[in-house]
Amino acid sequence: MPLLDIVDLRASYGSRTVLERISLCVEKGEIVSLIGPSGSGKSTLLRVLLGLLPLEQGIVRFNGRVVDYADKAAVSALRADIAIVFQQYNLFQNMTVLDNVMITPSKIRRWPREEALRHATELLARVGLSQKLDAYPDELSGGQQQRVAIVRALALRPKILLLDEITAALDPELVTEVQETIRDLSADGMTMLIVSHEMGFVREVSSRVVFMAEGRIVEAGAPQQIFDAPLEARTREFVGKIPRHPAPAGHQP
Amino acid sequence: MTYYDLRLLLDGFLTTLILALLGGLAGCVIGFAAALLRNTDSRAMAPVRAALFVYCLVFRRVPFLVTLMLIFFASQSMQANLSTFAVAAISLALIAAAYLCEIIRGGLASVHANQWQAARALNFGYWQTLRYVIVPQAWRVILPPTFGFLVMFIKDTALASQIGVMDLTSAGKVLENKGMSAPLVYGTILMLYFLMSYPLSRLGKRVESRHAVTRHR
Repeated sequence: MPLLDIVDLRASYGSRTVLERISLCVEKGEIVSLIGPSGSGKSTLLRVLLGLLPLEQGIVRFNGRVVDYADKAAVSALRADIAIVFQQYNLFQNMTVLDNVMITPSKIRRWPREEALRHATELLARVGLSQKLDAYPDELSGGQQQRVAIVRALALRPKILLLDEITAALDPELVTEVQETIRDLSADGMTMLIVSHEMGFVREVSSRVVFMAEGRIVEAGAPQQIFDAPLEARTREFVGKIPRHPAPAGHQP
Repeated sequence: MTYYDLRLLLDGFLTTLILALLGGLAGCVIGFAAALLRNTDSRAMAPVRAALFVYCLVFRRVPFLVTLMLIFFASQSMQANLSTFAVAAISLALIAAAYLCEIIRGGLASVHANQWQAARALNFGYWQTLRYVIVPQAWRVILPPTFGFLVMFIKDTALASQIGVMDLTSAGKVLENKGMSAPLVYGTILMLYFLMSYPLSRLGKRVESRHAVTRHR
């Protein structure tokens, strides 16, 4: 039984349909990456899954149960099991690193404070931020902020993590730092649904890659298939534009 | 200057102070509540939002004196038997609430939308998001214009003298009518108004500097 099973999903912004006939499943422990041009609906899909945008049509099954997005309790339970990390980190600017991680378990989910604190400090130690517990987000580098955001998403022990272009706002050094954290999570068997334009990283970590364009899934398959031998012309066109080799040093176009 | 003259000044001073405090505090509370309600986005709240929108629209555009007269004559025609002080206090609260509502609403709107988004993804409710995330970040934007408004507001209470409230300005008029030197009387009144609003400015500066650290991207 897949952990996440999406069947024939459709979503719109007003009268404009942005996702259509999306069917996708994610098995436990799998890392599925969504790639495709900007505006193809990848981020929208993540938001619909969390109930941040309305699901117009289709079925989302999580852990074998159909999610009823009109049911507040069901959505609340879903948001404990599915967590998202945003491109711009979206850390709460008025809270310290520790409070950013602790607030959801302690204030929203009413865990005992000690347990929330212990869990938060453990998670922050794992990503090497034990020295920064009392820092505010604007005192951290982008990479550090993004690692805090990842930890904040992990605070409720979610079953699946959605990553929405989490390295797109970072410089190359910081990208490596954040990718390292994702590799660690992957080694721990974390299930992830990733939206990314970092094709090298996608190829390396993904169990499956899904290519999307104009709100639809064009092609899905193993990374080798999508990147080396795509079946669809639209996929070929997209992956054909990925630079294969870094330009030689000193060469300026 | 007799004991009674001094008494008149002191009573006037206290009346103005209490009017400003009552109006200002009520205005802050009502304005804050109105701003939170206007910030909602559910369809069920749409009539409330519309009503508050019109309220802010009207009361920020009508001269204070007109509002004062309106409440005064409305209370008379309803035989409400309100004292002129009560009429003045209600008018002041209504006006302060309208202005402060806009100031606070602006402050809430200044917090980046991604903060709402993050909170929602973590299943914060509307009020939880406001309490833990939005309001703490909005203070920085809300406080300076609020103190600016309140300083202005203290002076505006002088219009209450127009419906016969014995405030500081009225006390000045009475003393002048008794034949005291106008420059002396109004000089004293000026000092007393200054005495009321200066500490407020200082307080404003202190509170603002405590919230001045930018925690926003």
